[in-house]
Amino acid sequence: MTPPTPPRKGGAAVGPAVGPAAGGRPRRRRAARGGAPLPLLVPALIGLAFLVLPLVALLIRAPWASMPELLTSTEVWQALRLSLICATAATLVSMVIGVPLAWLLARVEFPGRGLVRALVTLPLVLPPVVGGVALLMALGRNGVVGQWLDTWFGITLPFTTAGVILAEAFVAMPFLVISVEGTLRAADPRYEEAATTLGASRFTAFRRVTLPLIAPGIAAGAVLAWARALGEFGATITFAGNFPGRTQTMPLAVYLALQSDPEAAIALSLVLLAVSVAVLAGLRDRWMTAS
Amino acid sequence: MTENTANTANTESSESSESSESTEDAGTTEKTEAIEKTEGTAADGLDARLVVERGAFRLDVALTAAPGDVVALLGPNGAGKTTALRALAGLVPLSDGHLRLDGAELDRTPPEARPVGVVFQDYLLFPHLTALDNVAFGPRCQGVSKAQARAQAAGWLERLGLAEHAGAKPRRLSGGQAQRVALARALATRPRLLLLDEPLAALDARTRLDVRAQLRHHLADFEAVAVLVTHDPLDAMVLADHLVVVEDGRVVQEGAPSHIARRPRTDYIAHLVGLNLYRGRAEGHTVRLDGGAAITADEELTGPAFVAFPPSAVTLHRERPTGASARNLWRCEVAGLETHGDRIRADLAGELPLAADLTTVAAAELGLHPGVTVWATVKATQTHAYRD
Repeated sequence: MTPPTPPRKGGAAVGPAVGPAAGGRPRRRRAARGGAPLPLLVPALIGLAFLVLPLVALLIRAPWASMPELLTSTEVWQALRLSLICATAATLVSMVIGVPLAWLLARVEFPGRGLVRALVTLPLVLPPVVGGVALLMALGRNGVVGQWLDTWFGITLPFTTAGVILAEAFVAMPFLVISVEGTLRAADPRYEEAATTLGASRFTAFRRVTLPLIAPGIAAGAVLAWARALGEFGATITFAGNFPGRTQTMPLAVYLALQSDPEAAIALSLVLLAVSVAVLAGLRDRWMTAS
Repeated sequence: MTENTANTANTESSESSESSESTEDAGTTEKTEAIEKTEGTAADGLDARLVVERGAFRLDVALTAAPGDVVALLGPNGAGKTTALRALAGLVPLSDGHLRLDGAELDRTPPEARPVGVVFQDYLLFPHLTALDNVAFGPRCQGVSKAQARAQAAGWLERLGLAEHAGAKPRRLSGGQAQRVALARALATRPRLLLLDEPLAALDARTRLDVRAQLRHHLADFEAVAVLVTHDPLDAMVLADHLVVVEDGRVVQEGAPSHIARRPRTDYIAHLVGLNLYRGRAEGHTVRLDGGAAITADEELTGPAFVAFPPSAVTLHRERPTGASARNLWRCEVAGLETHGDRIRADLAGELPLAADLTTVAAAELGLHPGVTVWATVKATQTHAYRD
């Protein structure tokens, strides 16, 4: 008699807590579990719709019939190819200089480290157009460093494909640095110590022990940076301009197409959407199961 | 144990202990001589004084050992044992002192250039490498070709009975196997100084027994100096032939395990080896303690002295025994009782605070419970007095 009583009592206790408004048995149980009050539920659903609806609209209005033709045009392929090349190159640049920077921030105590970390994070919140202008001031033909590059080496960066890569790397690298630094902080620095007691120099320890240990973090950071670089618009158009085949990446092509050929813009947008979904799918283990 | 012995014992014992050690402990002396005869120069082995200052904490420990010696740094948590080990490995810089290994100055040498191998407490096997590649890591860093390093590593794994686990990643290894891989990895660099940080602490009680026996065997084979850090007296006594007891950054006693077990000099060591320990002044057979009580000992001594006796030497009575054959008689109050194996340990307070072991039956017959007044007797022949 006694054993079954507690669960029943527990079940009954839920009822009054939910309130008499709850109707039949199944509904009451659902309400008790979900427990979302209306003032929260309604805005939440509006928020969801706000995020999803534009993407759905893009799919609805897509010119599916003329899609193959639109996507095989030379301009689209040019822009897509340039985008992929530049985003990949920008990611590589970010990795080569960003991973050591992350290591420095995570492992070496130096004065002003907090300030340096803030500076590294700044491009994350900086409007990309401002980044583009700043890059022009630094690396433009008359820029602080650019004038010397021009006179000494004859190198001009603005309005070239290299300029696109630089603009994208400037905007995307902080994503990589933040991700790698977090992974490095979570990784046990004593593995590096163990490596040095085995005769490894600090660089060897980094290369052969730390780097493999933080590889997942680097990969995640690289994907984030790559996605950010692929969608980069403001800094690119400011610093590198909009020359088809040279500096016109997909986002620029979309914007330009929207004014002359909206159907092409939709098609291009769908391509970028597909790439984004693919990136998200690749990251799902890391980001979507985190909660 | 008594409060008043510890503080005073700490300050004086370390200096005086060295002189008494060499004469009293024939075992160590013989061994050292034997090694010196076979190995030659006195410069061989470890000669270190490690001073590390970190905020309010100061470590100041002198260590010497001949090749083939296994030295255990024994001490409570926070005593500075691991810091001493890290200083030997070069992972912590010395604030002062010196470090010589086989005659070479090492105190300015970075860790990667020291002929020192370390087995870390949680082993720190590289998780992305197989057992074989973990062991081959050291030889690779020393410039050995990949194939040769792997061949060497396979040899070490074979020697430690791990040949069939060569291809396993560390997470697939049991605690005991991981410990042996870590040992193989440290030995593969052919160190002249092998450091082991709490080598058995990460193991469960059952594997511990096995691994302790194996480790003892491997350490006995090791031809250079081995220093291990532990807070477990059993590990220290089984594995090492020389014990250095560190408390609060300082050496409080050192010597052969048997010697330290017989003649502890601080409450910490007395507690580890399970003895009641008191400090006082001896006049003939009587040792007068700082607190006023006196103990009659078997030995005849004069001057500052320690007296020790095991809890099992104590007999308890509810009434004051008449016709006392034992001259050591104290009135005490039971402060606490706990089971200790198949016996009951009584903590007694009073003119002489002490621990007494008695059988469950005896405890029941005496009707012991906290607060009860008892008379404790100890036969003089059961006590052991020795010079401070």
